[in-house]
Amino acid sequence: MTALAANAEPSRWWRSRTVRRFTSHHLALLGVAMIAVLTLACVFGPHLLPYDSLYIDLRARFSPPLTGDHYLGTDPLGRDVAARLFMAGRTSLLVAFSAMLLSTLIGTFVGVIAGYRGGWIGAALMRTVDGFLSFPSIFLLLALAAALKPSPAMVTVIVAVTSWMEVARIVEAEVRSLREREFVLAGRMLGLSGTHIMFREILPNAMGPIIVAATLTVARAILLEAYISFLGYGIQPPLPSWGNMLEGAQQYLDSAPWLAIIPGAAITMAVTSFNFIGDGLRDALDVRDDRV
Amino acid sequence: MRGFLLNRLSQSLILLLIVSLIGFLVLNLLPGGPLAQFGLDPSMTQDDLDRLKEQLGLNRPLWMQYLDWAWRLLQGDWGHSFRDGAPVLAVIGRHVFATLLLMGTSTAIAIAIGTWIGIRGATHRYSLFDHLATIGAMVALSIPTFWFGLVGIYIFSLRLGWVPAGNMYTIGDGSVLNYLHHLILPSIVLSLVHVAIWSRYMRTATLDAISQDFVKTARAKGLSERRVIMKHVVGNALLPMITLAGVQLPSILTGALVTETVFTWPGMGRLFLDSLGYSDYPVVMGLLMFSAILVILGNLIADIVVAIVDPRIRLG
Repeated sequence: MTALAANAEPSRWWRSRTVRRFTSHHLALLGVAMIAVLTLACVFGPHLLPYDSLYIDLRARFSPPLTGDHYLGTDPLGRDVAARLFMAGRTSLLVAFSAMLLSTLIGTFVGVIAGYRGGWIGAALMRTVDGFLSFPSIFLLLALAAALKPSPAMVTVIVAVTSWMEVARIVEAEVRSLREREFVLAGRMLGLSGTHIMFREILPNAMGPIIVAATLTVARAILLEAYISFLGYGIQPPLPSWGNMLEGAQQYLDSAPWLAIIPGAAITMAVTSFNFIGDGLRDALDVRDDRV
Repeated sequence: MRGFLLNRLSQSLILLLIVSLIGFLVLNLLPGGPLAQFGLDPSMTQDDLDRLKEQLGLNRPLWMQYLDWAWRLLQGDWGHSFRDGAPVLAVIGRHVFATLLLMGTSTAIAIAIGTWIGIRGATHRYSLFDHLATIGAMVALSIPTFWFGLVGIYIFSLRLGWVPAGNMYTIGDGSVLNYLHHLILPSIVLSLVHVAIWSRYMRTATLDAISQDFVKTARAKGLSERRVIMKHVVGNALLPMITLAGVQLPSILTGALVTETVFTWPGMGRLFLDSLGYSDYPVVMGLLMFSAILVILGNLIADIVVAIVDPRIRLG
């Protein structure tokens, strides 16, 4: 919310048009509520549940949901699914959020330079963006994950490296259109350095689209982490993530369907929420966008 | 038209160059780099590896290695699979059909349903249908494809027993009907995300077309609303969709990979994952480059088709 405040009046920002529009967007509010619930559950849930996420109880293997204190059942080792789900949420959300920060940073940097400098530097940077977009993201992700041993930090970096291009494109277009505006010309006449104009004068005016793109990038990062962890090349057990909880679920689909259904539902819930929030921010911040 | 073609073709070639540079970078990041094949062999000593390095020219500067690698790629020499020694292009060739079949079917489903939802959403703007379609599309875009596949298998093959849970055909039964039976569920699963994307874009494109002057003219002529929509609006709205089909190729390929994994479908995605499991890096690299080239080619073809259909683009 601090980012929104920066665009509004200094006093009474909570009554600004941007905030009013966001709070009248029902789906966005639903998204915020769902993310709040999920985050609280992941932070406090493991302390409130009777079982530890790593506690193995072979007598209680494959208990269906609502058996005794196992609210969401147990897995093939008798570990509590609810406890694992919350611990996995910590990993997945943290990785996705860090990947968003990193990819937004890369994308913004590339986009600002390409949009402001233009010429052959801009062309080279934007063609590189096109080049990265030509690879199906999972193919590139998996090849990189196989090459670099996937620790959580490395997974974050890999996800960021394959998802900065959208932000770069959006920022480049925005900066290119702002480049010729009067305040930039005025800055140049005052003798401000190129770096100062790019990052202190132009960038703050491009924050709207960046915030929207960043929100949608969280959604994308959650999905990408889930994909590669499901395939066994992402976050490695015993550290749980929503993706790797699903890794072995297919072989027990007939006898223990909850092992597949529950983590997937959590992923869908988180991703839907971020997409809803992104949609609300797009309306509230007046971002023109042709994408879905 | 010739100017347009040359321009577009040179763009694709530049893109191909950049893609090959990224590919070369990934190749050198892989464990053991281009030497991985021999590093796995326990009978190899460090001296052997050093000698091989010398022989294969891996002591040369990187840019020379790149030129050498790119030149062999251009000649169709993509190396050999570690697993069975077959040429990489032949291995990929054996799996292309299955992937194209899955992608083609699911794209056809996505276009048919997505177009219908998009047009109806635009002509009945802000109706209940439109709102539900908007929300539905956002939810559909948020569902992990592999999980949707698992849920589909659980409901439609394990519980209801309507469709098989995987594979492309039953061994010993090569009939078309058997193929179709296996094709239904994976192609529906793969199409979900693209129905969502297609319907959103189709809605925007239809709204754009409706606000054009020629629609006013058509209405002024006294044509029925149905005829105006079917004849004047839809045709024009479908034009940008050809470009979209090209742009969506990478995401369809990504979806195909996870769908193939869940449904044990013998396509390129499954091959990619199997090859990763066996550390069969020549095939992994081959598929990475092959899919990128496929994407560049798909975009090129889409743009040329649009230029053929729409004179404004090739002349303007």
